[in-house]
Amino acid sequence: MTSADSIQLRVSRYRPDTDAGPHWQEYEVPLRKEWTVLDGLNHVKNEVDTTLSFRWSCRMGICGSCGMNIEGEPKLTCATFLSDYAPGPVTIEPLANFPVIRDLVVDLSDFMAKLPRVKPWIIGAEDHSQVEPDVEFLQTPGQLDAYRQFSMCINCMLCYAACPVYGLDPEFIGPAAIALAERYDLDSRDHGTSQRLDVLGAHDGVWACTFVGECTKVCPKHVDPASAIQRYKLKTALHTVKAFLLPRGAR
Amino acid sequence: MTDLRTYKPRISTWWWTRKRSYTVFVLRELSSVFIAWFVVYLILFVYAVGQSETAYRNFLDWASAPWVIALNVLALLFVLLHTVTWFSLTPQAMVVRIDDWKVPAFHILAGQYTGLVVVSLFVLWLVTL
Repeated sequence: MTSADSIQLRVSRYRPDTDAGPHWQEYEVPLRKEWTVLDGLNHVKNEVDTTLSFRWSCRMGICGSCGMNIEGEPKLTCATFLSDYAPGPVTIEPLANFPVIRDLVVDLSDFMAKLPRVKPWIIGAEDHSQVEPDVEFLQTPGQLDAYRQFSMCINCMLCYAACPVYGLDPEFIGPAAIALAERYDLDSRDHGTSQRLDVLGAHDGVWACTFVGECTKVCPKHVDPASAIQRYKLKTALHTVKAFLLPRGAR
Repeated sequence: MTDLRTYKPRISTWWWTRKRSYTVFVLRELSSVFIAWFVVYLILFVYAVGQSETAYRNFLDWASAPWVIALNVLALLFVLLHTVTWFSLTPQAMVVRIDDWKVPAFHILAGQYTGLVVVSLFVLWLVTL
C-alpha cells in the first residue's frame, strides 16, 4: 500500500542472536504533517512489529537518546519530519561509527569511558584555604557568553557519527568530549586547564582531528565542536612554546 | 554484564565519495602534496640560480616543458583551494575577543585576504624589479 497518505520506512534490522549482519526491513506508516521519524518508528513498534528496537525518551530534542542515521545523515529522529522525505522511502540506520547492539540501538560505552577523562566539571582553586564557605562565584554575562554554546551539548553522539576521524580511528577522544572540556576551560570559575591539556594534548586528543568540520554541521544544539578542537590545538601549541621559552615562574 | 554480540560496521575505502563535504575535505588534505611540490620547485629554482647562468637556462627550459606547466597549473588550482578553504575555516579556529566583544568572522577573513594581497603584491614587485 503506497499512497500520499503513507510513507515507507526502510529500517536497518540486526538481531544478534540470529543475524550475521544487518538487513533491511520495510514498513508503511501514515504520513502526517506533524509526524517525526520517531513518531513513525513508534507507530511501527505499537501497531506493526513489536520486535523493533530503538532508543528514545523525551521527544523534544532535550535528552539526546533518539539519534539515528536518516538517509545517511546523523539526526535526532524526534526533530526530523517524515514529510521532508515524502514521497519516501526513508532510510533509517543506527548511528554510524558505533557497534550495533540490536536494530537501531548502538553501544555508547566507548564515549562513556572517554568523557570523564577530560574532567567535564568545575575544578576549583587548589588552595581551598582561600575559599570562604558559602561563597558565591559570580559571573558577568560576558563570562557566561564565553562558554555558553559549549554547555548546550546533550551527548546525542551525532557528532561522533558524522566524524570520519572517529570512524577510522576509534581511539580519538572525539568532538563532544573536547567541546565539553572547552566548556569548563572557558568557565571563569574553573582552574583545571592544565589537567585537561595533558589529556587533550596526547596523540588521541585534539591532534587526531583533521578539521573535517562535520561535527559542527550535524549538531542539533548548535554547539561548535570543530571550533573547540581547533582552539585547543592553538592552546596546546602555545603551552608548548611557553614551556620551552619562558622560565618556570612566568608560565 | 554479559558480553554483547555487537555488529561492527566497516568503513569503506571510498567513504569520502559519499558526501560532497567529505570530498572537499579530502581534496583539501590532498592539496598539501601540491604545496610540497611548489616548495621543491622553488628549491630547484633557487639552486639553479645559485649554480650558474647555464644551470638557470636549463631550469627554464625544463620548466617550460608541457608536463611541468600542466603540473604547475594543477598545483596552483590545489593551492588556491587550500588557501580559500583554510581561510574560511580560520574564524572557527581563532576566536578573537576584545573585552566582551567577539570579533566577527568577516573581519578575520578580510584581514587574511588583505594579507594575501599585500604579500602577493610584494612578491610581484620583487620579481618584476
